[in-house]
Amino acid sequence: MKRRGQAPSTELVRPESAHDLEALLTDHAPLLTTPLHALHLSLGARMVPFAGYDMPVQYAAGVLKEHLHTRAKAGLFDVSHMGQVLVKANSGSVADAALALERLVPVDILGLKQGRQRYGFFTDENGGILDDLMITNRGDHLLVVVNAACKGADLAHMQAHLAGCSVTLLDDRALIALQGPAAETVLASLAPEVATMKFMDVRDVTLVGAACIVSRSGYSGEDGFEISVPATKAEELARALLAHEDCEPIGLGARDSLRLEAGLCLYGNDIDTTTSPIEASLEWAIQKARKAGGEREGGFPGADRILGELANGTERRRVGLKPDGKAPVRSHAKLFADAEGKNEIGEVTSGTFGPSVEGPVAMGYVPTAFASAGTQVFAEVRGKYLPVTVAALPFITPTYKR
Amino acid sequence: MLKFTAEHEWLKLEGDVAIVGITQHAADQLGDLVFVELPEVGATFDKNGEAATVESVKAASDVYCPLAGEIVEINEAITADPALVNSDPQGKGWFFKLKLANVADADELLDEAAYKELIG
Repeated sequence: MKRRGQAPSTELVRPESAHDLEALLTDHAPLLTTPLHALHLSLGARMVPFAGYDMPVQYAAGVLKEHLHTRAKAGLFDVSHMGQVLVKANSGSVADAALALERLVPVDILGLKQGRQRYGFFTDENGGILDDLMITNRGDHLLVVVNAACKGADLAHMQAHLAGCSVTLLDDRALIALQGPAAETVLASLAPEVATMKFMDVRDVTLVGAACIVSRSGYSGEDGFEISVPATKAEELARALLAHEDCEPIGLGARDSLRLEAGLCLYGNDIDTTTSPIEASLEWAIQKARKAGGEREGGFPGADRILGELANGTERRRVGLKPDGKAPVRSHAKLFADAEGKNEIGEVTSGTFGPSVEGPVAMGYVPTAFASAGTQVFAEVRGKYLPVTVAALPFITPTYKR
Repeated sequence: MLKFTAEHEWLKLEGDVAIVGITQHAADQLGDLVFVELPEVGATFDKNGEAATVESVKAASDVYCPLAGEIVEINEAITADPALVNSDPQGKGWFFKLKLANVADADELLDEAAYKELIG
């Protein structure tokens, strides 16, 4: 018995994508650890290298049960490897920081109200995606959360291009995600006021005596929160949350299957510098103010291509893919128009078994002519061409508290 | 007679036919299985040919044919319910029955004590 395509000693996270590439590049360097590392070990986690960090891929319950627990109750995820970056204008005005960041991100940041969060992405001159990120208006500055594998490059990118701003990596804070229908109950047991927060609200909340920044958002398709906590108080907070009977620790394995069922992109798999936001079906994240005819039209890297694609469409699109059978279709599987493997049309970028869907789920890129839901295509798996139906995303119904 | 391989398969020999499955250790390492693909009855394999595929949520793994032979029966119960492999890997979770090309080949395989030593 042997794992396909890699050494059997490394478990569960395949060497693909920019995330994993970084892990490979740093394979011989000592792995970084998060402030919750000792907690993971004490909880019996199976640890793997991920983006240069030693991270829990699963705990004793295993990926399948962790996934289902998160959808049924509440899961706690250590996402401290992600980069938390503070962007502050020298003028002290958050509007100046917003206008500066808008030069790198095709999103309406000036229009983002205090205490609100929004999804965005850094684009490059070719209209590709350098990273995706969450942006919060914190009143007198912006708080930006970026992917672990990209945080060094993102920091340099912002420091080089955000004139008149200070850009600071908050490396003394952990980030804990609490996701699932019971997330509100679990967090409200420590701070009742979080119950009144709505999806994408961000507030200062004192938890276990620590000054935390809580957002009502996440990466699972469920209601939930992400909590920025001082590193010194992270384990105490995690243990306090895990003490609730509905809350269990969840590893990176279930984090991946949860986000895929929710139709959310993983940078390095589904989006990268070779994909434009419009090809990636992320045009919903570009608000009117930045589009043609908007108050601050364009003015970000790759604007010509991205605004052109908004007007004229693209040759290919990221779509949901639902394999008709039971076999999972995984990333890098080739897609064909025909069952004989003659006309190759695209590639799967993420694919797994969806525990809540109770079947395989995938995403990938197909020519626009094949992008309508219900279109039949075929995926090559172990020399066979398996029927796959283009499907609307997400695969599950999100339960965000709007 | 029960034999094992270093690739974490077990074989129960009955005359020239071996019932083949994966060990408890392998099932534990793989985690909850969600998909099993078995060979066709009548297929022949060399030793270490890729005879079956098992998949967890996260990854696909190959199950090797432990010795040269012909598949004479498969356990369709595990394709219908892959969780059987996790709950009873050395019983109801068997994979296939293999008619050995050469029964004496089985002598090279590990006995239970040697396998237990291997997995520590």
